[in-house]
Amino acid sequence: MIHVNDKDFVVPGQILAEDDFYSGRGTYKDQKNVISSLTGRISLRNKKISVIPLKSKYVPKRGDVVIGEVSDVRFSLWELDLNSPYSGILPASEVFGREKKDLNRVFKVGDVLFLKVVDVDEVKKVKLGLKGRGMGKFRGGLLVDIAPTKVPRLIGKKGSMINMIKDKTQCKIVVGQNGLVWIRGDNEMEVITKNIIKLIEENAHTSGLTNRIRDELYLRVDGEIPPEFNEELEPEYNSQIEEINNLESNYSQDNQDNQDNFINENLESNTLVNDSNGEDSIADNNSNNNIIIAKETIVEEEIINNGPLYDEEGLENPQFQDFKSEVELEIQQETSTNGDDNEDNISKNKNDVDIINNRNNNINNNINKNTNENYNNEYLSTNNDSDKIASLNDLENLNKFTKKKNNEKNDGIPKIKPVTKKGSFFDNYKNIKKSSKD
Amino acid sequence: MVVIITNNETKKGRDDNRAFDELRPMKIEAGVLERADGSAYLEVGGNKILVAVYGPRESYIRRLLKPNTGVIRCRYNMAPFSVGDRKRPGPDRRSNEISKITAEALRPALLLENYPRSMVDVFIEVIEAEGGTRCAGITAASVALADAGIPMKDLVVACAAGKVNDEVVLDLSEYEDKDGQADVPVAIMPRNGEITLLQSDGNLDKEEFSQALDLAIEGCKKISEIQKEALVSKYGG
Repeated sequence: MIHVNDKDFVVPGQILAEDDFYSGRGTYKDQKNVISSLTGRISLRNKKISVIPLKSKYVPKRGDVVIGEVSDVRFSLWELDLNSPYSGILPASEVFGREKKDLNRVFKVGDVLFLKVVDVDEVKKVKLGLKGRGMGKFRGGLLVDIAPTKVPRLIGKKGSMINMIKDKTQCKIVVGQNGLVWIRGDNEMEVITKNIIKLIEENAHTSGLTNRIRDELYLRVDGEIPPEFNEELEPEYNSQIEEINNLESNYSQDNQDNQDNFINENLESNTLVNDSNGEDSIADNNSNNNIIIAKETIVEEEIINNGPLYDEEGLENPQFQDFKSEVELEIQQETSTNGDDNEDNISKNKNDVDIINNRNNNINNNINKNTNENYNNEYLSTNNDSDKIASLNDLENLNKFTKKKNNEKNDGIPKIKPVTKKGSFFDNYKNIKKSSKD
Repeated sequence: MVVIITNNETKKGRDDNRAFDELRPMKIEAGVLERADGSAYLEVGGNKILVAVYGPRESYIRRLLKPNTGVIRCRYNMAPFSVGDRKRPGPDRRSNEISKITAEALRPALLLENYPRSMVDVFIEVIEAEGGTRCAGITAASVALADAGIPMKDLVVACAAGKVNDEVVLDLSEYEDKDGQADVPVAIMPRNGEITLLQSDGNLDKEEFSQALDLAIEGCKKISEIQKEALVSKYGG
């Protein structure tokens, strides 16, 4: 005996059916009753009752494709926030192979990556990988988060919904199974796409959604609905049913085949996304806009991976060395010309301090300038010769990528050292002071 | 100081003219906070309670997490302005106790086995208090948990019964709680009637106790309907 209909709203603890019904996802069985354990809507298939929750958290599964944000860079791995109770780790070996490199040069905190879940163990330690088509780092674009349960609805039957949106708005869209969606396109279109996706999320449980979304899409993009749509008959199959089935297959944990199908389908749609970008979107000179990261916070213009700005090697910077030696010379000259008088000495020292302060200021300014130039150069270069999604499919590519960067760094763009580090003017000043006292 | 001596025998019925098994008017609203994963607002009599639920989420307090299941943590807090005399802000003996018993009353209903090494946080804020806040807190918290999409066996519901003027009554108000002879808060899972919380404060004989328990369970079942309505009216349409 069954107490509910398909798509009915249920609350936890509600008895859904008795006797010969099977309990699916979101339900449990107590003696002969099938009882709901979630707040959501019924999905009824044959004799199996499931509840599709309204809200849920994403739990990583092996084989899923997800979008994650780098939250920490450790010695040999990156830690990623997956919009889930479990954070994922991306071991450096997944990216470099056996070579050891500075992890910060490749991905740094705040970068948004498109990844695959390689493995999830019994305590939910999530291992991620970048091997796969189109996997890597996103540059620019907009990130929208939706409930992970609504992802199949957004994709639609064989990608019908998502392809429709892509065709109309000319945006690139990548959907992660953890409910994060990355959009990249024209500024206005990005916003329209975001709003459309939010609309799909809100109305995910209603039927005939694809058609209504299509109308809304044309209305927002063109400002009018083409008249032929109104005359068109409803498509024969009700996409809703198919999509609920999609949902079902996504969640049925006992039916591995279905799951795989779903994943393949999803992957397919993702690769489709990338295909539509063109083979390589290398020379994409579109305006590199602001990145907008999850929860719609605006992140400042992307500073391309440049390694640490101030590093020990900075001493090798020819410009900097020249400058330093110049100053040192000057100071030495000044100290050597000091008279024997102590008072004079003190005043001279004061002058020295002033001079040094001025120098410091100058250097600081210079550094600022340099770093700005640095950014700009790097920025342009990456604009020209790297993907929107830095494709890290094969190691070679990556090596080229990083080598090129390093080369560029060596010709022309100087490395900079902070003034406060050892061998700085302050130290020199102290030395001078000491010597002058002697 | 003036002491007024009244004759209790002449006073019949309850101070707010309720029947012995009558609940105070109650209102529950689900999903009131935007940033929380789940939330609920509850008003019963003079009580105003806001509950926020976050999770299941990662926790930095590693020692609290369990490798085989998720855990729940509650915080019950009374606003300084929630009672007549200003309450000193911050946790005290009483709110620590209520936090603990709330977590323990909700835990049997939750199915957190699919979320090992994660934590569900429940924050109960009492904005206005007028007796029976612990029960109201549990009732609102389970609505908020259901709103957050956390799998649970049943909506836990709580209600108190007690003894006032030698009479066993349901849903004590602040006056009855302070002036009365006994207070028995009860939390149940209404579908199978499992009791998840049972406290008893004051003096009751065996007869009166079972009477109070029955009365409280009846009250819980009534409140349970209001809980379901709150969820349906928010999302069911």
